[in-house]
Amino acid sequence: MNIEELKKICLEVRKDIIRMLGEAGSGHPGGSLSAVELVVALYFSVMRHRAKEPDWEERDRFILSKGHCCPLLYAVLAKCGYFPAEKLLTLRKLKSPLQGHPHNLEVPGIEASTGSLGQGLSIANGIALAGKLDKKNYRVYCLLGDGETDEGQVWEAAMTANHYHLDNLCAIVDRNRLQIDGNTEEIKQLEPYAEKWKAFGWYVIEIKGNKIEEVLSAYNEVKKVEGRPSVIVAHTVKGKGVSFMENIAEWHGKAPKKEETEKALEELK
Amino acid sequence: MRTTFIKTLEKVAARDDSIFLLTADLGFKLFDRFRDAYSERFINVGVAEANMIGIAAGLALSGKNVYCYSIAPFLTMRCLEQIRIDLCYQNLNVKLLGIGGGLVYGLEGTTHHAVEDLAIMRSLPNMTVVAPGDKREAEALANESVRYQGPIYIRLSKEGGIQVHKTTPGLKIGKGFIVKEGAGLTIITAGNLLFTSKSVSDILESKNVKTTLISMHTIKPLDIKLLERCLKTSKAIFTIEEHSIVGGLGSAVAEVLLELGYKGIFRRFGLPDRYGPYIGKTEYLRKKYRLTPKAIANSILRVLNYK
Repeated sequence: MNIEELKKICLEVRKDIIRMLGEAGSGHPGGSLSAVELVVALYFSVMRHRAKEPDWEERDRFILSKGHCCPLLYAVLAKCGYFPAEKLLTLRKLKSPLQGHPHNLEVPGIEASTGSLGQGLSIANGIALAGKLDKKNYRVYCLLGDGETDEGQVWEAAMTANHYHLDNLCAIVDRNRLQIDGNTEEIKQLEPYAEKWKAFGWYVIEIKGNKIEEVLSAYNEVKKVEGRPSVIVAHTVKGKGVSFMENIAEWHGKAPKKEETEKALEELK
Repeated sequence: MRTTFIKTLEKVAARDDSIFLLTADLGFKLFDRFRDAYSERFINVGVAEANMIGIAAGLALSGKNVYCYSIAPFLTMRCLEQIRIDLCYQNLNVKLLGIGGGLVYGLEGTTHHAVEDLAIMRSLPNMTVVAPGDKREAEALANESVRYQGPIYIRLSKEGGIQVHKTTPGLKIGKGFIVKEGAGLTIITAGNLLFTSKSVSDILESKNVKTTLISMHTIKPLDIKLLERCLKTSKAIFTIEEHSIVGGLGSAVAEVLLELGYKGIFRRFGLPDRYGPYIGKTEYLRKKYRLTPKAIANSILRVLNYK
């Protein structure tokens, strides 16, 4: 798939996210919108996977550690054909499998149930370890929020991945610099951020995470890394694509109202 | 108990390469044989319990049958949310081996006493909770656990206990085991007070009080059918456990008995709902908390108005 096609998908996914959240009346637009390129590139270009065979043993695995951004993942999975796109508008509704945080026993394509921050990278470690021991070629990708890495468990997992030389594991940090209560540096300083990962033994790439070209090239680069895990620190814009949401912390966990939804969709044309 | 359990697991691991054993840097020397024989399937994750549970979940999602080992309070409380979401919510095949169940680590102090673990684990949906009463029960439950689907919390105590069972009993997870049967009075126990409970029953018998003794090694799911039977034949039912009286075996049995309409005498023997103030060897602590055979038997006789 070429760059233009990927950009088009990103735009459509952004619209799906807005529609879903507008319809649901609650949820997390900011971090869903900031990570669109990171996830679209994986599912439409980088990962080997089969929508019609979600349990295919050789598939690459994706763990959404920042589970609150599942509107993004649901939109991407639907676009890939894991389930009908009509389901998207049932987000957070009664009887819908599309819960506010993803559950692997409910939705095909969801590898792990997440929603409490900090837990995904450990699970990714386990899957990557199993892949190594079983001599499988699959790769494991794990998307974390930058605020999420306040959690100590992330660093327990970071140590383990390095210790076991998990070069089949790639973490992606959506470095949008905002968490619920404001700027990450004001709440609990993360910088020097890339250096932290380096000190834990990881191969680190820093990119502009909303530039699909940079995203693709980073994913290609990490595939060549041997003997250690990789992390892509993706500098992104929270709320990317919707002017009134961009870089505003309050849009972390607030759904757009009717007029706001319309305005956002207008901007995403 | 833990040595027996791990030895049993070694035997199973020889023919089943899905068995993994994870430890958070505990069990010094205990795992040497397992590690030497199946080095790839033994992982010391370091002193990081939360990460251990996550790794176990990832391995289980990849089709492995995973055992996680640590001291019971660290294993059940430090990483409670990982157990809840990674294991129970996803209903994964991960077995938690909590050692030092009860007051085994008496001298180490309250940080190491496992007295709330059964209550906490019992509250989690999908979680099965078992506590073998001696080595032979540990061996039986180790074999059972391998075939069992879904998360289990297995509460183990240290070696040195006196064996109640002469041979390995045919235990089934979810089915209580009748150690001895007598009319009128039932003692139900779980875990490492099995021998104590047997001694209580012996003392009572010497006073001509016949007792039924049940090893309720599975606290969840509780064997309701067996309780129904007890309630029909007993005028008094007692639970004995080395656990807080809040939320453990006693609570579980009480909940069921009340709903079944039991109207007889019922008492829980366990640890009081407070920390400390005593630090000492297990035997000393049991005396202080009146969990010795004599103290329990006397209490039962008093309740029964026996002179």
